[in-house]
Amino acid sequence: MQKRIFHIESNDAVARDTFRLVLRTDGPVAVCSGQFVDIDIPGYYLRRPISVSDSLPDGVVLYYKVVGEGTRVLSAMAPGAALELLLPLGNGFDPEKCAAEALLIGGGLGAAPLYLLAKELLAAGKKVTAVLGFNKADEICLIDELKALGVPVHIATMDGSVGTKGFVTDAIAAAKPAFDRFYTCGPLPMMKAVCAALSAPGEVSLEERMGCGAGFCYGCTVQTASGPRRVCADGPVFDKEEVLW
Amino acid sequence: MVTKDLSVSLCGLQLANPVVPASGTFGFGLELADSFDLNLLGGISLKGTTREARFGNPTPRIAECTAGMINSVGLQNPGIEVLVTEKAPALRKIYRGAIIANISGFSVEEYAYNCGRADACPDIDLIEVNVSCPNVHAGGMAFGTDPASAASVTKAVREVVRHKPVFIKLSPNVTDIVSIAKACEDAGADGITLINTLLGMRIDIKKRKPVIANKMGGFSGPAVFPLALRMVYQVAHACGIPVMGCGGVRRAEDVIEMMMAGATAVQVGAENLRNPMACPEIVAALPALMDSLGINSLQEIIGTV
Repeated sequence: MQKRIFHIESNDAVARDTFRLVLRTDGPVAVCSGQFVDIDIPGYYLRRPISVSDSLPDGVVLYYKVVGEGTRVLSAMAPGAALELLLPLGNGFDPEKCAAEALLIGGGLGAAPLYLLAKELLAAGKKVTAVLGFNKADEICLIDELKALGVPVHIATMDGSVGTKGFVTDAIAAAKPAFDRFYTCGPLPMMKAVCAALSAPGEVSLEERMGCGAGFCYGCTVQTASGPRRVCADGPVFDKEEVLW
Repeated sequence: MVTKDLSVSLCGLQLANPVVPASGTFGFGLELADSFDLNLLGGISLKGTTREARFGNPTPRIAECTAGMINSVGLQNPGIEVLVTEKAPALRKIYRGAIIANISGFSVEEYAYNCGRADACPDIDLIEVNVSCPNVHAGGMAFGTDPASAASVTKAVREVVRHKPVFIKLSPNVTDIVSIAKACEDAGADGITLINTLLGMRIDIKKRKPVIANKMGGFSGPAVFPLALRMVYQVAHACGIPVMGCGGVRRAEDVIEMMMAGATAVQVGAENLRNPMACPEIVAALPALMDSLGINSLQEIIGTV
């Protein structure tokens, strides 16, 4: 873990209450998919943990939703402003465990870390399909970016305005993609339904309110099949069998 | 710049500097071994430990506040045997400073048993008895909010601990901190750590329910510094035993202020959670600050106000 200063290159609204934040720093950055950064937002005591959507040679791309005061302040910050980050944090996904074909399943902003995972899988010669679920059309993001990588993207929306009407599990049932391993990030009920519906091995990215974000305050511990685990340091990615729904 | 003497003497232990991460905000030390050189720290107070392993409280355990935070971890820990056979020995391998075991319990007997095990562990230098945890329903803070029960824990621990200094960590959630500190001193405590967290609460006004799953938790952070400083001042002036000052410390200036109020060592708590490098940064900032204040030795400023 390092504490480093980054500068905002861009901070743009890309969907309803959803921002894409590009940060650059001096020197190389090494982050893997599923890992996150912890951002110090001026005026707020605790940092905000945000998953990494893309790793640049000297920076990171993050997606965040304005859900409270801290993220509102972040959304108003202009290019050039400095932000102090802790990174890289968390264990990340394990693309090497995919034999040949991966299915990526995202709900809402859970799609963000799947973008970097898709790049890692493709670089390793694996075939990738994505299924993304959103409540409404105005929340949709990252589809064009994934398609630009050559990844087939299937959409589910709760109101049926785009793609399959219903849950990601409905879209998976309709598309019948071939895969030997799945990776999912999104709301807990969605990931629970996904794990119940799919018999293949899978990895689940959990979210929890955090203190330190780096494994020493024990503020984000959850019970798992193999005992207490810190979401920030032992996770956020867990094998599906580990998660006690 | 003249070389500055940051060392302090704490019950016979020579600390390279007075900066000690507070229990619960630094794990067992090992978690941060890859982030910076732990030997920059005067001491490390390890995660609070009970006899049996504990999962702790359900999540959310953390709530943000203005100038601070609430935690309700609930003493998650692997149990005293893991502390003395795995955690403390592993830390000793890489760390030369004072290793402080922070001991909790749910009965006087449990406190005594755990402290006896810590006393027998060669890798532990000092025992800090936590009678002030606000996040467990039985025991914890209940032992530290009344002079008689704080004294009974101190006496029981004192009878079994033969080799190491015993500090009692006190709660600020009391009407008269001095009477409790003096009761611990009279019962044989070698020192006092204060303060633990203040019992606090936040409500999510959209969900209309408490942010913390356990409803309430311990409030800490820069907001509590003046209150902690006041209690350190009162206890240090009323008692003849050393004090480790704790509460809202976030920078070198706060360390100096705590020491002038009477603290021999200074613990840094919540600040570690927002800045894992807080302690080494404070240590690094002390010499220049001392120089600007005309201080050559930290030991000399203890209790000078």
